[in-house]
Amino acid sequence: MSEIAIRVENLGKRYKIGLAPERYRTLRDSLARSFSAPFRRLSPASHRAAEANGAGRIWALREVSFEVKKGQVLGVIGRNGAGKSTLLKILSRVTEPTEGYAEIHGRVGSLLEVGTGFHPELTGRENIYLNGAILGMKRSEIEARFDEIVTFSEVEKFIDTPVKRYSSGMYLRLAFAVAAHLEPEILVVDEVLAVGDAEFQRKCLGKMSDVAQQGRTVLFVSHNMSAILRLTEETIVLNNGRLVLRAPTPEAVDYYLSAGYSQTGERVWTADEIPAEAEPFCPLGLRVLDARGRVVDIVRSTEPTTVEIEYLLKAPITGLRVGVYLTTTRGEHVFTSFDTDDVALYERFATRPAGHYISRFTIPADYLNEGRYVIGVNASVYRVKRYFMDEQALIFTVDPAGAPGMQWQEPRLGVARPRLDWQIEAVG
Amino acid sequence: MSQNSIVRQTAEEVLVLRPSRGWASLNLGDLWRYRELIYFLIWRDIKVRYKQTVLGASWAIIQPFFTMVVFTIFFGGLAKMPSDNVPYPIFSYTGLLPWGLFTKALSDAGRSMITNRSMITKVYFPRLAIPLASVLSGLVDFLLAFLVLIGMIVFYHYNLALDYQAKLSPALLTLPLFLLLALVTSLGVGLWLSALNVQYRDINYIIPFLTQFWLFITPIAYPSSMIPERWRLLYALNPMAGVVEGFRWALVGVANAPGAMLAVSTTIALVILVSGLFYFRRMERTFADEI
Repeated sequence: MSEIAIRVENLGKRYKIGLAPERYRTLRDSLARSFSAPFRRLSPASHRAAEANGAGRIWALREVSFEVKKGQVLGVIGRNGAGKSTLLKILSRVTEPTEGYAEIHGRVGSLLEVGTGFHPELTGRENIYLNGAILGMKRSEIEARFDEIVTFSEVEKFIDTPVKRYSSGMYLRLAFAVAAHLEPEILVVDEVLAVGDAEFQRKCLGKMSDVAQQGRTVLFVSHNMSAILRLTEETIVLNNGRLVLRAPTPEAVDYYLSAGYSQTGERVWTADEIPAEAEPFCPLGLRVLDARGRVVDIVRSTEPTTVEIEYLLKAPITGLRVGVYLTTTRGEHVFTSFDTDDVALYERFATRPAGHYISRFTIPADYLNEGRYVIGVNASVYRVKRYFMDEQALIFTVDPAGAPGMQWQEPRLGVARPRLDWQIEAVG
Repeated sequence: MSQNSIVRQTAEEVLVLRPSRGWASLNLGDLWRYRELIYFLIWRDIKVRYKQTVLGASWAIIQPFFTMVVFTIFFGGLAKMPSDNVPYPIFSYTGLLPWGLFTKALSDAGRSMITNRSMITKVYFPRLAIPLASVLSGLVDFLLAFLVLIGMIVFYHYNLALDYQAKLSPALLTLPLFLLLALVTSLGVGLWLSALNVQYRDINYIIPFLTQFWLFITPIAYPSSMIPERWRLLYALNPMAGVVEGFRWALVGVANAPGAMLAVSTTIALVILVSGLFYFRRMERTFADEI
């Protein structure tokens, strides 16, 4: 028996561009193409040449090599489109690599999504069996764990109700419960924890760390840095389809959060970073400004800091809200805020006309503790559409010089560093 | 040369994933390992099929029965279509039985990859399980409709005014073989359509047209004895012709055993199935990317 669970060697996956938006070809296109093929060969400015030099194709994953030892829990992080999902899809055999190979020692269970194959018309009980079978569990295994699954999901009362009558929370709990009771030797998990309420997420994380402690090999993809830090010891970082770093998790997380972002306190989006769905919203830039209005990447805790988002609206959008998520580099949320949170602004910009805008707000002085913070951007219409989202748009550092309590050389816990109005009263 | 995409060595259970080229092996062993999934998929299809319908499973009977009524009025009654000395309703219904299985398989299996898209892009399992389950789940409708046929035969047999004697012959024992042939044909065509549908959504539009067209070249409303002798073998290139003739011969004992015709139909059915299996397996590797 070898000690290696997964060995990946020069793995690559190439997609045809246009495959995704176009979705499918029609028979007519194919016929037309095969009829014109003989002529195309005669013309020098051919399609073929374009294909040969790579136009129309994109490498979602390229030259990725790594090994995972048995019993190791390896994190995989990277921005959207970095190739994480493609990697997991190849390892879980959903799709084939275009080049290179992967060797997997042991039974693989993959969890790219919870509730795969759930049918709304079937009851909770029926869906447990169906979903279990789809995830590769044997009927006897499902039967043996059935009660455990139901208890974990907390939907006992509704187990014989069709899942279409479930609330979305119940649905997710049931779906995760089945997945959590999958017991393969190697588990490949995608962003499944990013669902449900905070309480449920805690439960899922708990279950995941149980799995990790049972000595099973886990490949874990997440955007949630605190989950990655908690569950994994080593992490690989992917960027543009390539593996850029493999390091102990804290180091990898820090690298990931600071790499690829400008160090100037400004983030500018280029055309190819803006997905097609963003239309008509077009982000231009995100800036952090100090009290004197200079673009900076280090701000002082004792001074107000301004954050501004500049964007174009190519067409009016009703109900648009543009806002930020502020998190620490450890993944703790500090706050979420939108430009139309204020009712007056909300009413005034009920429909935001096309135009060039800057939405800005100020983080008050004596608010943030020292540390590194990540700004995420979101432009959406509540419950209708998310136009644009970049969870790690910009990173900045807060310097605590002059903050309360600096006379002691100790790190202060917590994200806030308020200047509180302490009073000391001598009583007796 | 074909290169297998997945090599499984049971001893060590090492899975090697690499790009594959050319024709893939059928890897039916993998399908067998996932037999429980096939069972659950069939069970799901059946459970879900008539949920939220007022008439429920009786649809399985209503469709062939009323088609039979319409055929009897127009072809049997008005057009005086010969029916090999069997009451026309029984004659057409025996043809409609395997026909129903076939058309249902065509439309369900043809669309099956698309309707199960979320599974295909998220989990590995032998993709063959999906069209296979779609075809097999039609067996339940078939059995329900079959009960009606028994009822019809009994009704005609004891109703002396109708002057019909049901002939139970040893040929009846061959019925499972004809059912198998119907399944082979359905699965073969279903595999082709489902794999093509992943790439070409034209198939969605072709299926209704194809079924309609196919109905005319299958001896359901008319007996194949109407076809001139010298054209019969050509006619039997439609495997459903052999299936329907076989059903009639086994169930109501019309004419002679369909010898040469059956041989041609069986051969074609097997060719469609085997080519369908290989085509499906070949296209399978890009399903998750293209669907």
